[in-house]
Amino acid sequence: MKRIDVIRTIVAYAEMDDLIISNLGFPSRELYAVADRPGNFYMLGSMGLASSIGLGCAMGTKRKVYVLDGDGSVLMNAGSLATIAQYASNNLCLVIIDNKVYGSTGNQPTHTAGNTDLVALARAAGNRNVTRVRHAAGLRAALQRFDGKQSIIVVDTEPGNASVGIIPIRPEDIAQRFMRFLRNTAT
Amino acid sequence: MNNDHKKHNNVSPDFLIVESMKRAGVDIICSVPCNLLAGILAEIDRRGFTHIRVCREEEGVGIAAGAALAGKRSLLLMQNSGLGNSLNALVSLTALYRLPLFLLMSRRGGSGEQISAQMPMGCAAPRLLRTLGIEYCDIRERNDIRLLARTIRAAYARRSIQAAFLWRELWQ
Repeated sequence: MKRIDVIRTIVAYAEMDDLIISNLGFPSRELYAVADRPGNFYMLGSMGLASSIGLGCAMGTKRKVYVLDGDGSVLMNAGSLATIAQYASNNLCLVIIDNKVYGSTGNQPTHTAGNTDLVALARAAGNRNVTRVRHAAGLRAALQRFDGKQSIIVVDTEPGNASVGIIPIRPEDIAQRFMRFLRNTAT
Repeated sequence: MNNDHKKHNNVSPDFLIVESMKRAGVDIICSVPCNLLAGILAEIDRRGFTHIRVCREEEGVGIAAGAALAGKRSLLLMQNSGLGNSLNALVSLTALYRLPLFLLMSRRGGSGEQISAQMPMGCAAPRLLRTLGIEYCDIRERNDIRLLARTIRAAYARRSIQAAFLWRELWQ
């Protein structure tokens, strides 16, 4: 399974009103190519902050918030795992696509290619519903099992980017569209 | 108004600052502590704000951006050294997407500073803000706190980053 297969699985599982925060670089570009939707927030910079943006968003709304994060990015902001353990509400699902490389910059290895175990790290930070999955079926099962709970799903994937273009939406419009979507479809 | 004025002179700067946050409609506060901010942090928890103690200031910028996307008004409370930890996120997230954020920073590295490591960032912080085009005000004495609520509101109204420095003299 590659990153884009994880993204397809999440998009297929998510309800129309759910929100998806995607990490910068190829994760956002692949999400845009798979399904551009107003409830998507595409990060373009600020590497490491996907899980933080997701936490802040989940605290401000009752909607389900999925975060498409990566191993390199989580390691860049590892303290976020502890903050999530303290504050995250039941509507936050952090999906860490663990391909063990910096996929957007030429597949240089991250420390999960070595001795670092993100599931153990997330648990040690105080998170309860943490699991590792390796296939789309396992991912779907985990999404179902943790529905309505704060959860962290680490997905083992192979490296590799899909052949997708850049996102042709201005940053300000990405944010405004997302905020309008939240306001106008209030639950 | 007369009563307010009397009250203003009797209560702590910490109370007045947190009162300004309430009046400006702040919903979510992210913080990294500083000993100058200890009183404000205690007051924030007494007043029942949503308060997230972050591990690093940059993380607070991310949480604040997420909260802003959900329509909440956020404030980041930190030392000015935390500005250095936040720079890339402030420009490539908050400013890039035109999200509002208020930065309330204790101004370390000024007169009375005992820690040498606070000097470089203390000197650089105002210049960094000017370089990034972030407006800020200096709160050096009790009367300056009157500026605060309006400045915080301006950040939300203009969807921009605004900042204020709280100087050590404020508590002396």
